[in-house]
Amino acid sequence: MFKRTSELNNNTVTVNIEGEDFQVPVGETVAATVLVHNLGYTRTSPISGAPRAPLCMMGVCFECLMEIDGLPNIQACQVQVAEGMKIRRQQGVGGEDG
Amino acid sequence: MGDSYQLVIIGAGPGGLCAATTAANLGLDVTVLDEQPSPGGQIYRGISNTPDDRLALLGADYQHGADLVEAFSASKANYWPQTNVWSLNSRRQIGILRHGQASIIQAERVIVASGAMERPVPFLGWTLPGVMYAGAAQILLKTAGVVPANGTVIAGTGPLPLLVAWQYLRAGVSVKAVLEFSPRSNLWRAAPHLPKALVAGDYISRGLKYTLDLNKGGVPIYYGISGLQAQGHDRIEAVEYGWDTLGSSRRETIVTNSLLVHFGVIPRINLTKSAGCHHIWDRGQQCWRPQVDKWGNTNVPGIAVVGDSAGIGGARSAEHSGRLAALEVARSLHTIDTQQRDLQGQEDLKWIGKDLRVRPFLEALYRLPDSLLVPPDDKTLVCRCEEISAGQIRQAVREGHADPDRVKFYLRCGMGPCQGRQCAPAVAQIVAAENLRPVSDYTTFRVRPPIRPLSIAQLANLGRAEE
Amino acid sequence: MKADVAIVGGGLMGTSTALHLAMSGQKVIVVEKNSPGRHASGVNAGGLRRLNRDLAEIPLSVVAAQMWQDIYSLVGSDCDVKLSGQVRVAENAADLQKLEERAALVSSLGFDREELIDRDRLYQLVPALAPHCVGGLYTAGDGFARPYHALTAFRLKAESLGVKYRTGCQVTGLERLGNCWRVVTNQAKFDAPILVNCAGAWAGQICAYLDEPVPLKIGAPMMMVTERLPHFLDPVVGAVSRKLSFKQMQNGTVLIGGGYLADHDMEKETTEIDFTKLSESSQTVLALFPRMAEVRIVRTWAGLEAFMPDRIPVIGSSAKHPNVYHAFGFSAHGFQLSPVVGRIMSELILNNKSSLRIEPFSIQRFQS
Repeated sequence: MFKRTSELNNNTVTVNIEGEDFQVPVGETVAATVLVHNLGYTRTSPISGAPRAPLCMMGVCFECLMEIDGLPNIQACQVQVAEGMKIRRQQGVGGEDG
Repeated sequence: MGDSYQLVIIGAGPGGLCAATTAANLGLDVTVLDEQPSPGGQIYRGISNTPDDRLALLGADYQHGADLVEAFSASKANYWPQTNVWSLNSRRQIGILRHGQASIIQAERVIVASGAMERPVPFLGWTLPGVMYAGAAQILLKTAGVVPANGTVIAGTGPLPLLVAWQYLRAGVSVKAVLEFSPRSNLWRAAPHLPKALVAGDYISRGLKYTLDLNKGGVPIYYGISGLQAQGHDRIEAVEYGWDTLGSSRRETIVTNSLLVHFGVIPRINLTKSAGCHHIWDRGQQCWRPQVDKWGNTNVPGIAVVGDSAGIGGARSAEHSGRLAALEVARSLHTIDTQQRDLQGQEDLKWIGKDLRVRPFLEALYRLPDSLLVPPDDKTLVCRCEEISAGQIRQAVREGHADPDRVKFYLRCGMGPCQGRQCAPAVAQIVAAENLRPVSDYTTFRVRPPIRPLSIAQLANLGRAEE
Repeated sequence: MKADVAIVGGGLMGTSTALHLAMSGQKVIVVEKNSPGRHASGVNAGGLRRLNRDLAEIPLSVVAAQMWQDIYSLVGSDCDVKLSGQVRVAENAADLQKLEERAALVSSLGFDREELIDRDRLYQLVPALAPHCVGGLYTAGDGFARPYHALTAFRLKAESLGVKYRTGCQVTGLERLGNCWRVVTNQAKFDAPILVNCAGAWAGQICAYLDEPVPLKIGAPMMMVTERLPHFLDPVVGAVSRKLSFKQMQNGTVLIGGGYLADHDMEKETTEIDFTKLSESSQTVLALFPRMAEVRIVRTWAGLEAFMPDRIPVIGSSAKHPNVYHAFGFSAHGFQLSPVVGRIMSELILNNKSSLRIEPFSIQRFQS
């Protein structure tokens, strides 16, 4: 669970996280945004279904894969928020059981 | 094939920035590829748009990055932000993704300055949400002013856990404990290196300052910790660890919904490996790194590596190695002669020489025990993506899959989205331990490009839009 | 070190041969210069295909298909076999005509497995296919397996029957010693009355030692694999006029091949991916499976493989020396044949005759 050290100023955009709209600072990464909005987990593993959340924040661990504007497998730590962006958790996909 | 470029620098951390500034000021045509939206690399991430109050929080070291960026911006180097590099081959062809368009550019010379990543150390429960790398948490602080909401535990080795704890202290974030995993015996091993280290004692005095401030701030620091475990169901609920004190050993638990771990950093070697550069096991740093000479040259003609991607030396050292590589490129392209290169590089070489003298001390002090490098518990997930455990890897080795690549083929370990970045070191360590051979006998997984995923449409449209 | 048979090459052909010989009680040593499956055997596309084989290969392929169906009884593992069919797609009338001719030809020779299917049946089988296709040639019961898993299963079974592997063991020479062959390597010497060349991309070098040169060429077919996707495809899909092999694996990833070749370096035993060619391969994928546009490629690779000029392998006895046998040059479609090739080799070695017709594969065809 994370929080911001400073109050939001006017320089924000509106993003939609799992169906709910939030004002978030311009320039923030999606990963930072979802951590602050306490999403708990950001994807589930396609193998076991276990919940996962951002780990490295620099694009090397691929744990923060999310569905952004309908596209799956986007690294949330590598993408900045944008007005109207739709952010969803990625439910593990793949294979004959998934 | 796309356009041709004289010098392409991959990465815009201190190494890449200094290389670019130096080369551009010598009149070379320089293009810097950066996956980030603004220069600074991970160490000075977002430096050009960090608000003043946050800068003050982060300390003077961080502000130094602003000077580097300023010099870089004043030079004629071209800067391509948000440009992903997805391949590099031995002919210096670089696959890039920019504005959603994939293309391949040809470079006459390449300087790889892709930096370091936090060393992945698998432990029980490390996949639980709420467990994060401490460097990652620092990135959140630097770029977004985002911090743990209900306190945190910081565990690991080296100077960074102390630094992050210190920065949190200043930001008013509760730090429940700092758990130091370097064995106490490291002190004895490091002690002989101390006299040499004193000449560059800056590192040590800073460490002392953080420790004193944390003590004053009431943040407990526990030494001699082992056996880390994150507990919880859908997210971390507690940290469990072993504490050896006065000959007795006991398990302790701290309730927390945030655990930040850091066991040092290792070079990012995917690019240099895929380019065919020769890599070696660095015993002091306990990691693989490309083999380079003092100018950053690798065995592949025209490809140099600088900064932490050539071996961990830290941000200041990266600046100097970046300048040296730029001078060497200028020499090889006949912009300057050998004498000019040597003369202009004199100070940088001297600095690196001095800094190198403190390394054996730090490396011995923060040396990881085997129990962290080779996950002892068979149940530990080593490959996070494909969920392969240490036990499965050991079993595969016993069945004759005797090197990391065989293990990968057999178990899909390292074949998930992170392409082995998080499991490669531990897999090599386990394979070596099972085969009773030194880890230096092995290399990590062969790198299969693209080193970043590329969509089929992007690949189908390769190099087309700009024509 | 002595054995009844020395096999050079620990890939699938060498391992299958070793397994079949060991099942008949032979003492076999396999000399492998890297580790089993380091090149083509470990990294191929794993296709189990009778469809569209060279006519000479069909009888072998038919028996091999039976063996794969019951692979568990041979090696004690299912090798992740999935027999969900293979289909070759016609995109226009000209393509379809080629398939009609092929179907007529194979059926005139008495083979009934290549079934001409109409448009409706094609889209029933492959609903994800782009809408312009007109029909196909389909072999039910074809499919795929995981090659490195198959190789491992074959090897473990062979080892359980006493086959010895010597890995990291590079052959540096072959000598005739009385009625034995001596395999000289960088590690040790191995003596055996019978020598088998299953050295894959390096088979030409073994032939050179035997003074029996072959016009073998090295190629490194490239493969791409995607991230995991929800299940959408059963059969393996190829096309008449395009270079494509397209299959969804059990774990959801899609494996894409088609015979585009990487650059390679035989000295260093390395390959370097040519993304310009893979771009073409991606265009092919999009032409037939437009829904793949946003799917991401996570890995590409290539394996070193031996190609013969006529694209069929060398299987049989040496034409120069007694007690020397060859099985190599499978030209990137050997995986499916591997169980039957092992059986044929053991028949040749032990009974001096093969139960299947192997004359077309004789090495003599290259010795005018």
